[in-house]
Amino acid sequence: MVEVDSSSLSSDTLFGVEEMEINFGPQHPATHGVLRLKLKVDGERIVDCYPVIGYLHRGTEKLFELHPFFQNVPHTDRLDYVAAATNNLAYVGAVEKLLGLVVPPRASYIRTLLSELQRISSHLIWLATHAIDIGAMTPFFYTFREREIVLDLFEEYCGARLTLNCMRPGGQPYDLPVGWVERCAEFIEDFPGKIDEYEGLLTENRIWKKRTVGIGILTPEVALEYGVTGPMLRGSGIQLDVRKAMPYEMYDQVDFDVPVFYNCDTYDRYLVRIEEMRQSVRIVRQCLEKLPEGPIMGKRPRVLKAPKEGDVYHAVEAPKGEIGFYIVGNGTPNPHRCRVRPPSLYNIQVLPEMVVGGLIADLIAVIGTTDIVLGEVDR
Amino acid sequence: MVEFFGETLFTYAVVPLVKIIAAIIVVLTIIAYTTFAERKILGFLQVRTGPNRVGPWGLFQPIADVAKLLGKEDVIPNRAVKWAYVLAPCLVVGPALLILSVIPYGPPSAEGTIPSWFITDVNAGLLLVVAIASIGVYGLILGGWASNNKFSMLGGLRAAAQMISYEVPQGFSLIVPVLMAGTLSLVGIVEAQLTQGRWFIFGFFPFGLLAFFIYFVAGVAESNRNPFDLPEAESELVAGFHTEYSGMRFALFFLGEYANMIVISAVAVTMFLGGWLRPFPSVGWLSFLNLAFLPAGLAGFLWFLIKLLSFLFVYIWFRGTFPRYRFDQLMDLGWKWLIPTALLSVVATALWKVLI
Repeated sequence: MVEVDSSSLSSDTLFGVEEMEINFGPQHPATHGVLRLKLKVDGERIVDCYPVIGYLHRGTEKLFELHPFFQNVPHTDRLDYVAAATNNLAYVGAVEKLLGLVVPPRASYIRTLLSELQRISSHLIWLATHAIDIGAMTPFFYTFREREIVLDLFEEYCGARLTLNCMRPGGQPYDLPVGWVERCAEFIEDFPGKIDEYEGLLTENRIWKKRTVGIGILTPEVALEYGVTGPMLRGSGIQLDVRKAMPYEMYDQVDFDVPVFYNCDTYDRYLVRIEEMRQSVRIVRQCLEKLPEGPIMGKRPRVLKAPKEGDVYHAVEAPKGEIGFYIVGNGTPNPHRCRVRPPSLYNIQVLPEMVVGGLIADLIAVIGTTDIVLGEVDR
Repeated sequence: MVEFFGETLFTYAVVPLVKIIAAIIVVLTIIAYTTFAERKILGFLQVRTGPNRVGPWGLFQPIADVAKLLGKEDVIPNRAVKWAYVLAPCLVVGPALLILSVIPYGPPSAEGTIPSWFITDVNAGLLLVVAIASIGVYGLILGGWASNNKFSMLGGLRAAAQMISYEVPQGFSLIVPVLMAGTLSLVGIVEAQLTQGRWFIFGFFPFGLLAFFIYFVAGVAESNRNPFDLPEAESELVAGFHTEYSGMRFALFFLGEYANMIVISAVAVTMFLGGWLRPFPSVGWLSFLNLAFLPAGLAGFLWFLIKLLSFLFVYIWFRGTFPRYRFDQLMDLGWKWLIPTALLSVVATALWKVLI
């Protein structure tokens, strides 16, 4: 009887033919920007995957050092460009911590509101691209219909739709415009029905389940080792959410649940994000009810100057995971060093763990489920 | 008068030629407006408007598209295998249009009246259809291989595997109506449905229905349409086998896909849905559906067209609704479910026919 060494079988290719190397991206319809993956495939099966990043590097962290604290907010917009409000929030939060500024409650509520609306719009983009990658075309247009309303709300508030630049160290630049609260409430009333619509198209769809259940398994151990955060982590059964673990702004004043699912696959991460949208609706509704009157900008010095010594790390829960800013002051109006901890950078590193052994079609599903934005991977 | 095989020059050459030209023009128009309808219907499903700039209600959009594609530069990549690269699109479109020659669009003529509503009636018509349809896959494989692009090659491989596996259940499911009719001639099959007084989809219930269902699923896979559009899966393989194609050559692939849709629908209509027959051909009080006030044969052609267009609508509806299958799941579905079920319905129909 011929002994077959089973360990060599996995690396052997079918019929002993050479593996094919594919450069997947940086220009590819499914890589969400400029991600490049060096793939080794045996037929359709992925033998090796190596993500190459850096195609969108703009030296943002260096730029932070060249500008005063006040002028750095627009740079944060361009990190995760589909979730600018949470980036702003993380940065101004860090600056406020460093400088000891106090934010008035109304401004704090507005920030909570904006970042939850931002979470909804970011998750809508994720759902749209994820679904269209797997081949379901229609959810794309449904989600963009609702996202448009959210962006309109942003536009009314701060004039911008994508790169919001809507927060300042010490408070908010503008108060909510007249009628904004009503329009936001109206959207929030409608939105859960729209989520049902997306779910009607996908959640129990046989093909959707076939494409996502059991695909891209990310075990809790691996997730923790790689520092994965956000919905990716919560889809792997670990209930970690910065909003609950280290409450910032008004998150300790509102009631919400952190959804967790335990199957570690693409389908569960899909369920986590869908549920998060519903929870965001809850938070926005409570914020609108509790919104107090009062000033929107706290007391602050004319020139924001960091203390001579001291560093600070402040993290918030962005739609994609924990985004944190580590800022070192040196007594000047500029930060001495500003390091960004973007969730996507950590979530993308785990990609090879999830796709090797799968098919090319699974890779697409997994890229979709990691919900990366290359803007924050290459700061 | 010169005679050709016992016929005059007029009936031997001129009449078929006119029919061929008419069939191709009609089908190309249907194809053009299927693309338009697809965009309009998808627009309707997806809360947007679809094309509405060119002409009233966007009606001239297909013409503008063709004009644009004709004007595009026709790129042949340096490393491509030129003859295969050029041949591939023709291999896709050619067979699809060739099948149109045996499809009965309407009833045959009574002796001595206007010519019948089909180009030719071959006594092994169905065999011809299946044989020619399987040539189309060579176009996809050749195109994918000749482009010398890895994504194209993967697309070509997928196309080959998919089309070959789905030809098997498709062939089996077509045997069921053949067993019911006892002939391979497509005209004969429709006439058998008239004499037996029912569409074959309702014949030998539920095996006719089962065969029809299998045929249609396999047909969607054969024509590489959603949810089986793996060979050109945009998000996975960029554009699959036609990644490198541009201009009119790309348009030919596109044309081939739609021509295949039409051919598959037309065969389904002929084999299962009674071809040019009205619904419930045996129910007397529905005879007003024969539309007798129309000139001879036109009513039959209209019924054929209505059935064909409903098929095309279902194709488009699928595209708006379903995500895409994965490659191995597609193979599973074909080999593990469709082929056994198709075999079952063939055997059951045969037994039924022999025993009862």
